[in-house]
Amino acid sequence: MKIEVKNLSFAHTLDKNLSDNTINNFNIEFEQGKFYSILGPNGSGKTTFLDLLTRFLKPDSGKILFDNKDILSFSRKELAQKIAIVSQDYYINFPYIVKEVVSMGRHPYIGRFFPLDKDQMNIVNAAAKITEITDLMERKITCLSGGERQRCVFARALCQKTPVLLLDEAFSNMDINHSFNILKKIKSEIRETNITIISVFHDINFASIWSDKMIFLKKGGIMASGSPEHVMTEKIIKKVYNVDAKVEYNKFANAKQVYYNIT
Amino acid sequence: MNIKLKALTKNRTGFLAALFAFLLIVMIIVSSSMGYVDIGFKEIGKVILWKITNNAELVADIPETIRVIIIDIRLPRILTCAAVGGALAVSGTLFQGILLNPLADPYTLGVSAGAAFGACIAILLNLGAFFVSIPVFAFIGAISTLFLVIFLSGSSNKTGSGFSSNNLILSGIIIAAILSAGISFLKYMADEQVSVIIFWLMGSFASKTWTDVIAVSSFLTIGFLISILYAKDLNLISLGEKAASSLGVDIKKDMVILLVTGSLLAAISVSVSGIIGFVGLLIPHMVRLITGPDNLKVLPISMIAGAALLLFADTITRAVLVHEIPIGVLTALIGGPVFCWIFKKSHQK
Repeated sequence: MKIEVKNLSFAHTLDKNLSDNTINNFNIEFEQGKFYSILGPNGSGKTTFLDLLTRFLKPDSGKILFDNKDILSFSRKELAQKIAIVSQDYYINFPYIVKEVVSMGRHPYIGRFFPLDKDQMNIVNAAAKITEITDLMERKITCLSGGERQRCVFARALCQKTPVLLLDEAFSNMDINHSFNILKKIKSEIRETNITIISVFHDINFASIWSDKMIFLKKGGIMASGSPEHVMTEKIIKKVYNVDAKVEYNKFANAKQVYYNIT
Repeated sequence: MNIKLKALTKNRTGFLAALFAFLLIVMIIVSSSMGYVDIGFKEIGKVILWKITNNAELVADIPETIRVIIIDIRLPRILTCAAVGGALAVSGTLFQGILLNPLADPYTLGVSAGAAFGACIAILLNLGAFFVSIPVFAFIGAISTLFLVIFLSGSSNKTGSGFSSNNLILSGIIIAAILSAGISFLKYMADEQVSVIIFWLMGSFASKTWTDVIAVSSFLTIGFLISILYAKDLNLISLGEKAASSLGVDIKKDMVILLVTGSLLAAISVSVSGIIGFVGLLIPHMVRLITGPDNLKVLPISMIAGAALLLFADTITRAVLVHEIPIGVLTALIGGPVFCWIFKKSHQK
């Protein structure tokens, strides 16, 4: 699925006189089957942008098109079959069994009173396998650690079987082993099923390893976008984060990496 | 045997619902027999059958007074009580789901304070048709409060749902605080009627009529059907707005429907029987410990369990205790400590 963002603007405040839009006149296109990462300092509009893509927030102006169709024309359920998100708030107050939480990812596809049939359960179990929570399926979600919970919510998003998957710092609480394993599997999924991933990262080095394209945001605007080789430069990092850094190709990582000096 | 057991555990919801329904029916019959005049179960069965089948032969040997006691005095009270218990439990389940908070109850949004304020005005103004006007005023008070709270907590239409659970809870607390000050003021103004106000606030099922039964049970039926229809959406909403929205729930629409449903159930309950605490908080909480948090199971079982439990409490105060104590006081006195125990136990696991 191709995503086009045209002249998108959004402000959290209602006061029109304040010109500090959270998202300021975005124009960008996402090709099918690519891994995009979104980077930028706190408050640069990363999460807001993802919320606009899922229509959790409505833009003040501009449009978002999925395969040339305005997202406003889809029903909530249709939208949930096209785009899924692993969001930052994965806190759950009620003691659901993990299996129940993951199964909710099938909600866009089933009726009100129908339990999941065998095919549906296969999808649920496959998603659980990807995020490595098969052993946790019978546990209560409230008894799990932050990282484990994040993996459950991740599996729920995978159950939606959407052509686009948004990750909002979806690895923030996971250990390196788990995040690497999940990302590896997702990368191969991208190749097989041609899905698009748009992921918010804080770790520039981590993003550089995985992404086809990096998008740097600052104060609601797109500062740079392109392949890591092109946009991951000392100049852009200085401009976006106001930090002096050295960027070098690292042979072991097989990608560009950033180094900092604190003296 | 083994297969039967398996089927039983698999369909635990159905089993539990049947168990509580059976208990409720037993409670209704036992409660009808108890009171100032003792009546045998056989006579009660006959009178109820007579009312249903209209076969006069059944009650040929039962004196007129017994029939009147059962049909016109005890049954209306018992059925109103059961319906209110069910309504409060369903309402509590809805609010706990919407507000993402297992400790919310039907009165969190200030609906009870609104109803109480309306009732106080009716009592203070001593409005002519006494028995009609108090519930009607209470109902109007409750509904106005609900809309005020929804209005206060609704932010701009930019965010997904329009209201956050925090905003709803805060607005509810503020409005309830203002209204309780208003109630205190009315009490201060009330002079002689102050005792009427106080007794109304403490809740009672005394002298309920078939009108009350029909009013509460029709609200309960419709409210319950809507809740069941939206049970799955409520499950998703209880995971958080963003999650629910991305999973295909139209949260703005669903939250308004569920809020209004829950509040109407609370409003009709308070209007008919005053403020009865802890049923709406405790029952869904206890049921959830057995069934897990899936609202498709919690809602029906809570409704039946709530009806049975409130009827049990009302029967104690009506027929067992020497002096009738207000039902709201009794539920708080029993429910409060029970809740403390469950609460402590549930988070020690």
